[in-house]
Amino acid sequence: MKTAPSYMDRKDLLALAVVAALLLVVFPLALDGFRLNLVGKYLTYAFVAVGLVMCWGYGGILSLGQGLFFGLGGYGMAMYLKLEASSVENTKIQSTPGIPDFMDWNQLTSLPWFWEPFHYFIPTLFLIVLVPVAFALLIGSAMFKRRVSGVYFAIITQALAAIATILIIGQQGYTGGVNGITDLRTLMGWDIRTDSAKFVLYFVNAVLLIGVVCCAMFVRDSKLGRILVAMREKEDRVRFSGYSVANFQIFVFCLGAAFAAIGGAMFTLQVGFMSPSLVGIVPSIEMVIFCAVGGRLSIFGAIYGTLLVNYAKTSLSESFPELWLLGLGGLFIAVVLFFPNGLAGIWRDYVQPSIDRVFKLRSKDPTDPGHDVAKAAAAAAE
Amino acid sequence: MAEHDEAGHSRLRRQILMGMAAAPLAGLLPKTAFAQAPATSAVNTTGLAVTDTEVTVGILHSATGTMAISETGSIQAEKLAIEQINAMGGVLGRKIKFIQEDGASDWPTFAEKAKKLLVQDKVAAIMGCWTSASRKAVLPVIEQYNGMLYYPTFYEGLEQSKNVIYTGQEATQQILESLNWVVKEKGAKTFYFIGSDYIWPRTSNKIARKHIENFMKGTKVVGEEYFPLGHTQFNSVINKLKLTKPDVIFTDVVGGSNVAFYKQLKAAGINLDKQILMTISVTEDEIDGIGGENIAGAYSCMKYFQSLDNPNNKEFVAAFKKMWGEKTVIGDVTQAAYLGPWLWKMTVEKAGSFDVDKIAAASDGIEFTKAPEGYVKIHANHHLWSKTRVGLAQKDGQFKVVYESPDLIEPNPFPKGYQ
Repeated sequence: MKTAPSYMDRKDLLALAVVAALLLVVFPLALDGFRLNLVGKYLTYAFVAVGLVMCWGYGGILSLGQGLFFGLGGYGMAMYLKLEASSVENTKIQSTPGIPDFMDWNQLTSLPWFWEPFHYFIPTLFLIVLVPVAFALLIGSAMFKRRVSGVYFAIITQALAAIATILIIGQQGYTGGVNGITDLRTLMGWDIRTDSAKFVLYFVNAVLLIGVVCCAMFVRDSKLGRILVAMREKEDRVRFSGYSVANFQIFVFCLGAAFAAIGGAMFTLQVGFMSPSLVGIVPSIEMVIFCAVGGRLSIFGAIYGTLLVNYAKTSLSESFPELWLLGLGGLFIAVVLFFPNGLAGIWRDYVQPSIDRVFKLRSKDPTDPGHDVAKAAAAAAE
Repeated sequence: MAEHDEAGHSRLRRQILMGMAAAPLAGLLPKTAFAQAPATSAVNTTGLAVTDTEVTVGILHSATGTMAISETGSIQAEKLAIEQINAMGGVLGRKIKFIQEDGASDWPTFAEKAKKLLVQDKVAAIMGCWTSASRKAVLPVIEQYNGMLYYPTFYEGLEQSKNVIYTGQEATQQILESLNWVVKEKGAKTFYFIGSDYIWPRTSNKIARKHIENFMKGTKVVGEEYFPLGHTQFNSVINKLKLTKPDVIFTDVVGGSNVAFYKQLKAAGINLDKQILMTISVTEDEIDGIGGENIAGAYSCMKYFQSLDNPNNKEFVAAFKKMWGEKTVIGDVTQAAYLGPWLWKMTVEKAGSFDVDKIAAASDGIEFTKAPEGYVKIHANHHLWSKTRVGLAQKDGQFKVVYESPDLIEPNPFPKGYQ
């Protein structure tokens, strides 16, 4: 595989510009507040999908438990917002005012110790990223050092996501249980439920996503990225060349976890609650599907894949409330059967060659397409 | 989407007209029903989806996913009520059109769809939600955009909102009278609680425990256990039941776990004809899955049973089966869902407006004399006054009503002394 010589070549820049224009200009202008907020929600999953491109597409590590990290990030933010919403004044009808309502229903009379740091915003921001990364480090060290990989790793991560769900639901006094943490209102006094707040949060989300994409491209095009690809293709050869394979695997797994956690926190802010239904096996697998539809080797494809699948989900379910799951299933089967490289593959095999012929652009990096799937996806997305 | 089957429509209309001839329904007809409809600008000042001939409402339940089996009955009941109201001339001279959305058993999806119904479709009211989790997800959306939600499920209480009418019973309405009955009639002294592990069973059992320990003499709780949702291995707790021999097994196990629980009880030789078992989570819908022969002899505490013997209910059951098939069964929540569109219609007509603020204010005191459960009235706290009934499960999957509270029970979502 031939990689670009520097961190961003002309094609990457062009692709980045297209994504930025789409997210920061086209969507805000073309969509009303409600739809824009929906796109914002979808984009939070794109953080996870970009992380999966790094882990799975480049590192060859398929994680079916990314919901765990998405959830940890989301719950971190939700705990902060819930504490702010549970002021003594707001909760004076409770037996113990000043603690979240679900704790009061479960006969808790004081705030559990691990909730304490979430009284403060800056520590919360650190914990949102650090806790999932610490978990990823722990899981990664435990498994990669023992050379657990491939399908075994996928199964274990899936089990971890299931365990997390059971734990959250079972410990409802501490976590809100099945209902999740709901009725979140303000962020440092700023009402996040208003339309203007949703608008601002959309842009914060979009800018963060572009930042994450840049970070992913930087890693991909560094020497580290090339080692990742080498590891994916022939793990033993890398090991015999003197590299510590496990450390690289742990790193990329942690990176994916951090991306997912940021997405989770932004999800909580934009949707206004967090629940265990976003942590378990089903959402984790859905996120892998977003990544697969986009093309697992394409960072930009991950964003378009996420948008396309979620758009299809929303519009199909609005039009056919009783049949939509079948339509969505059909879509996935079609993508997997006919376009194994996802949207990025369609772009590379069909669209780009004809454009190249017209503009006589030389393709520098044929293995990382997905660039201007923008137009295709945008056409599909509205 | 919301398409009306014209043939079914007129069939229904004919049937309702016949029903009206049989039982003097005319008194129920609003006086304005056939009068000139009031101007849209007068009855809709907040930009809801109301035209001169139509008003749009939303139906928001899970048509797919694990909850679909429970929520389908509610969807059917709401569609039936809407058809019947339209056949009688609609609301303030406007036919009800509905937009159905699928919550897909997923709480964020419920919130998304509720927002879509309110912001984009501007529906005048939403009939919907089933689980507490879905209601908790939808509630902030409904309050923020000032919508109106009619919520059908019996639930744990601890909630009250200007924007919600709770047409099911809150926990104290369902539990207290039934406990009094079993202690008085059956001489029960000891209770063993078994529930699914989430907010509703935990809160219900907390209320039941307080009632048993503080408000009744000589009774006590000898065990309390919770199992995760979907749990299917109840052998350990059944062994404990055999050891402690409680007078009453009090259960709020939900969903698919019920099937395993009752089959294992039977297999373990616990005969429900001799052992009293009281459940607050099994309706006719659940028995469909459990099998009548596995649960016959158990007592269920609800406000409605399909077998209720009153003219309202006979008409309702006949209309429901005509629309949805002879084999459908009607559980407590299905009936509560049927009340939603009717209560909304009557409130709109009392308020003379579709405006949510006016409906919220006018809801207190709305009476529905044709309710299948008999008679209901909206309390100032937006819950319903309703009766508690105890049904004895039969082999054919129906319940025989063995007790009915003499009076309507006041809803009390924040019960003092039970927290």
